[in-house]
Amino acid sequence: MDLEWMAWTPVTAGFFIAIGGMLVGMGIWQYISPTIERKGFLPIKTTRGDRFFIGLLTSAYINIAWVGLTSWSLWFAVPICIVWLIIVLRFG
Amino acid sequence: MEKWDNNNAWFLVLPVFIIVAFSAIIPLMTVVNYSVQDIFGPGERIFVGSEWFKETLANRRLHEALWRQFLFSGLVLLIEMPLGVMIALAMPKRGWGVSFSLVTLALPLLIPWNVIGTIWLIFTRPDIGLFGFIINSMGIAFDHTASPLDAWITLMLMEVWHWTPLVVLLAYAGLRAIPEVYYQAAKIDGASAWATFRYIQLPKMRGVLTIALLLRFMDSFLIYAEPFVLTGGGPGNSTTFLSIYLVKLAVGQFDLGPAAAFSIIYFLIVLALCFVFYQVLQNVGKGERV
Amino acid sequence: MKPKKRTILLAFYFGLLFLPIYWMLNMSLRTNADILSVLTLYPTDPTLVNYIKIFTDPSWYSGYINSMIYVAMNTTISLTVALPAAYAFSRYRFVGDKQIFFWLLTNRMAPAAVFLLPFFQLYSTLGLIDTHIAVAMAHCLFNVPLAVWILEGFMSGIPREIDETAFIDGYSLPRFFITVFIPLIRAGVGVTAFFCFMFSWVELLFARTLTVTDAKPIGAIMTRTISATGLDWGLMAAAGVLTIVPGALVIWFVRNHMAKGFALGRV
Repeated sequence: MDLEWMAWTPVTAGFFIAIGGMLVGMGIWQYISPTIERKGFLPIKTTRGDRFFIGLLTSAYINIAWVGLTSWSLWFAVPICIVWLIIVLRFG
Repeated sequence: MEKWDNNNAWFLVLPVFIIVAFSAIIPLMTVVNYSVQDIFGPGERIFVGSEWFKETLANRRLHEALWRQFLFSGLVLLIEMPLGVMIALAMPKRGWGVSFSLVTLALPLLIPWNVIGTIWLIFTRPDIGLFGFIINSMGIAFDHTASPLDAWITLMLMEVWHWTPLVVLLAYAGLRAIPEVYYQAAKIDGASAWATFRYIQLPKMRGVLTIALLLRFMDSFLIYAEPFVLTGGGPGNSTTFLSIYLVKLAVGQFDLGPAAAFSIIYFLIVLALCFVFYQVLQNVGKGERV
Repeated sequence: MKPKKRTILLAFYFGLLFLPIYWMLNMSLRTNADILSVLTLYPTDPTLVNYIKIFTDPSWYSGYINSMIYVAMNTTISLTVALPAAYAFSRYRFVGDKQIFFWLLTNRMAPAAVFLLPFFQLYSTLGLIDTHIAVAMAHCLFNVPLAVWILEGFMSGIPREIDETAFIDGYSLPRFFITVFIPLIRAGVGVTAFFCFMFSWVELLFARTLTVTDAKPIGAIMTRTISATGLDWGLMAAAGVLTIVPGALVIWFVRNHMAKGFALGRV
């Protein structure tokens, strides 16, 4: 099938491969050692998957805020997001 | 009761997963791809990075549409929720009246959305519409094609007419679930109608009302067809809500990049709201379902 | 509130609910010239000319047929795939179950406008533009999650002992599901079909964008004809009235179960 209409670029392809890889990784991790629901600094009880989702969604907001409020390159926001994601996964 | 652990259940979910993934993931990926490029035509595109996002976030018309959207959704909730609860309380509890009321209430919900717009377009026109005619003959100039205020009033009327029945149906379902014993107890205590409402009915309806609130908020946040038919987003841009503006960008002007960037921001807002909705629903479910 | 006052309030509200619909019905029974010349509360000279035009002109009545076809297709697809999935969600715990369930929900809430453009491109590439199946598939985006959601609610109300007993008696899962379980949740299946019908019937943005002529829904034909022939209010009103009829018929069949579907809060 012709995929031209989807207008792939290396950057977005890399982005989706990374997201897909993380999802698969989370799935395998869950399979090997199932998560236990617990309460961290977030106001609700969460499982590992919940925290992963919250981390990703807030990362998206961080990126949007970065673009909207600053004029620096978006690449600087990426490490911030990774650190944030780890914090949420570990302590959230 | 505990659920059974079985990963083979995945096979039962697979058809749903494939169908929804086909309809949801492929399009979303495409939107993301579009949002970082400037597309001139088939095969002619350049990578622009976060340019469209920057532009979209600074777009004043979009800010206006967003605030308008929040104002609209807020007003809708403010009117529909109390009205819906009031009607639900007045509904008959048994007899032929129940079926009749339920069918009547569900009727507006089953009319295609653009026909809703058409109904109100006819109904509020000053020359041939009953509503428009009566208002104008009282000496008030009412024309939703010329005055932004009139357009808003018409839209609100339409929205309240269209969706209050949903709130009523939900609230009614909640009321029906209250055991008769509670009412008998209230009667013995000599509780007033207000006290019965305040201390028995309202707390028992909390679950369904939360659901109604969130559903109404989400749906009014995504409103498209009715205002599109009724006002087309005008006069000027006074009733251009988020979806209307987005469709204008994407289909009207074919600005793929900016429309895609806008789509992603819109989707992220909805996603966050959706997450809140899901959490609330889970907790409501825990409290009420045994 | 006193019973008397209640009834009056309710009657008043239902009156207001009917009024706009009545007004359209009123318009549909008059000719355009009559409508524009004088405003009357009821048709003084009722005529069926608008309805006759719709039922004899293929470009009009085919719109109804198109709408019915894709709605029926969509309801069938949604129910078929949603039944096993809802069973899985209500009975089993598996990797990612909660996440998948939430993801399904997000699609019910997703703004249609966001998906419009990629859908058009996607179905163009597949060569499915202007076919009923394209619209039916597009509506699956929100109807499949909806169906899973409502059905899961109904299924969770059935005690799991029933499944266990059946399995001990030697039923296989498919046989148990079809001969025992589905009859048990008949009402739920009915309500789900009703809501799938409803949301596919009222949606227009996808249906209009993905069709050109052969599968054009009635809603789109209505608006297109308005711009082409000036404004024939009578004809437009008659078409509008006819779009309400199928919905009203369907409600009648599920009226006793509908409240429960709403009560689960899964609409």
